[in-house]
Amino acid sequence: MRITQGTFSFLPDLTDKQISAQLKYALDKGWAIGIEYTDDPHPRNTFWEMFGNPMFDIRDPAGILKEINDCRATFANHYIRVTAFDSTHQTESVVLSFIVNRPKEEPGFRLVRTEEPGRTIRYSIESYAVQAKPEGQRYS
Amino acid sequence: MNALAKDVVKESATEIKSSAKRYKAGVLKYAQMGYWQPDYVPKPTDIVALFRITPQEGVDAKEAAAAVAGESSTATWTVVWTDRLTACDMYRAKAYRVDPVPNSPGQYFAYIAYDLSLFEEGSITNVTASIIGNVFSFKPLKAARLEDMQFPVAYVKTFRGPPTGIIVERERLDKFGRPLLGATTKPKLGLSGRNYGRVVYEGLKGGLDFMKDDENINSQPFMHWRDRYLYVMDAVNKASAATGEVKGSYLNVTAGDMEEMYRRAAFAKELGSVIVMVDLVVGYTGIQSLSNWCRANDMILHLHRAGHGTYTRQKNHGVSFRVIAKWMRMIGVDHIHAGTAVGKLEGDPPTVQGYYNVCRDTHTKVDLLRGNFFEQDWGALRKVMPVASGGIHAGQMHQLLDLFGDDVVLQFGGGTIGHPQGIQAGATANRVALEAMVLARNEGRDIANEGLDILKGAAKSCTPLQAALDTWGEITFNYTSTDTSDFVPTPTASV
Repeated sequence: MRITQGTFSFLPDLTDKQISAQLKYALDKGWAIGIEYTDDPHPRNTFWEMFGNPMFDIRDPAGILKEINDCRATFANHYIRVTAFDSTHQTESVVLSFIVNRPKEEPGFRLVRTEEPGRTIRYSIESYAVQAKPEGQRYS
Repeated sequence: MNALAKDVVKESATEIKSSAKRYKAGVLKYAQMGYWQPDYVPKPTDIVALFRITPQEGVDAKEAAAAVAGESSTATWTVVWTDRLTACDMYRAKAYRVDPVPNSPGQYFAYIAYDLSLFEEGSITNVTASIIGNVFSFKPLKAARLEDMQFPVAYVKTFRGPPTGIIVERERLDKFGRPLLGATTKPKLGLSGRNYGRVVYEGLKGGLDFMKDDENINSQPFMHWRDRYLYVMDAVNKASAATGEVKGSYLNVTAGDMEEMYRRAAFAKELGSVIVMVDLVVGYTGIQSLSNWCRANDMILHLHRAGHGTYTRQKNHGVSFRVIAKWMRMIGVDHIHAGTAVGKLEGDPPTVQGYYNVCRDTHTKVDLLRGNFFEQDWGALRKVMPVASGGIHAGQMHQLLDLFGDDVVLQFGGGTIGHPQGIQAGATANRVALEAMVLARNEGRDIANEGLDILKGAAKSCTPLQAALDTWGEITFNYTSTDTSDFVPTPTASV
């Protein structure tokens, strides 16, 4: 399967040139860009690891692309996403977030159904990769 | 007109200052009673309403405006001495400005100011009982329309507003930087719970963020609500596992009484739904109660504006949708259907953009082209996500993104379920079209003009999108709108 979190997951993987254009768009808007990675892509795992703080002071797409490539080199078999933060009053949140790296194999998720009275079912979603191995060894 | 007649007209249009004359038993003109105050400057704490009025033949526009002010505040048809037990000068609404409507003979814009003390805090129900209460049946007017309202921030802050709001909704759903995608399950009536859940699963797995109950799906003989909820939530969770995304389906909790609505909402929560929906027809109080419930239960509240066309569509009589949108933001809904501009339902593009601004602005500016007559400080009330639904398809993606930006739910019902290769393919076509258009816009391309090329480019690696373009690419709904803004770029003189 292909995890389709993020703004552009239904498109073919973005090239570095396409990524740079998105970075430029975000920087031109005054947003700060952060890089985050994980090997636990559960839909409600909000807090991926930060590859450093959001880069409030780097205003050049090339500088940020270099950081992305450093992250890719370190965590080649992880999910990596680029996240843009807008500090405008009454937004103050993420305004763009897209995946720039993913593991070669994506085994996906198992839906666990726990049956309860009255035909009600409790659902939980478990990642096959997370179930199989501890953090850091899941997608090797 | 002779000199004497002129004096009579002038006198009847002026407030009577002498208390003895003013409160003598009998009937006076509304202007004489003090409801027309041309020198009045609204206080920052006043609520201001703008009515479009069509007086009967022979009724002076100022007197008609005064009558609207009177009937929507303290007046009755005759003088009553009991006014004098109150601070009646303050309670009296004041019509202070009347402008002829450009290019519309016989129609006038009447501006009326109301003191804050006239209204109960946190109650749109109470506001409407005054502002659109008796006055719309008033005989001296052929027709009346509430065009816009301005609320002082002091009054706005008596409302809690949307329980979730755009920002928190996006954080909960983990979806940023693009419009959300939805579809209404079709056919709207007749599917069993099992068949219904099938449509939900296919749409969500194919790439939509949301599926939606239709406004008239409640609990009919062909599908009781518990059955629907159980099957839909299985579909939602299965699609979530298949994609790794948070998914949702608006479970309509609309019912005949509040107790039943709470019961349905509680079951939706028990099953893990992120969102419930309600129809406008349940009324202002019902919606606000449900909003309170949603706030207490971390639930997104979707509002379908069922029924609004009966009073929003005709320009000469009723209530403009921009007013309904303001009321609903204060009452507290997270989603509201606000028009598509390019789809099958009524909506002039700038006027629809005006509704969107009311939902999403932190501070709405005067914008006559878009029909917004007043500034509005929203006092940090959360933003409402507008929903564009009805007769839109993937081939219009560039127009929709250009008109509405990112903070909108685009709902393609027929445009998903009617896809020649099936529902999943229909959903995928919409998602690919959307992502390709956002990517292109962010790259600096002129999507309004290059949109079709961008779609065709994206379709090269997406067969379902090509099929969607082949099927609907040329479909448009070009009819003249009935509800458009009436303004001329230079202001007209007051009467």
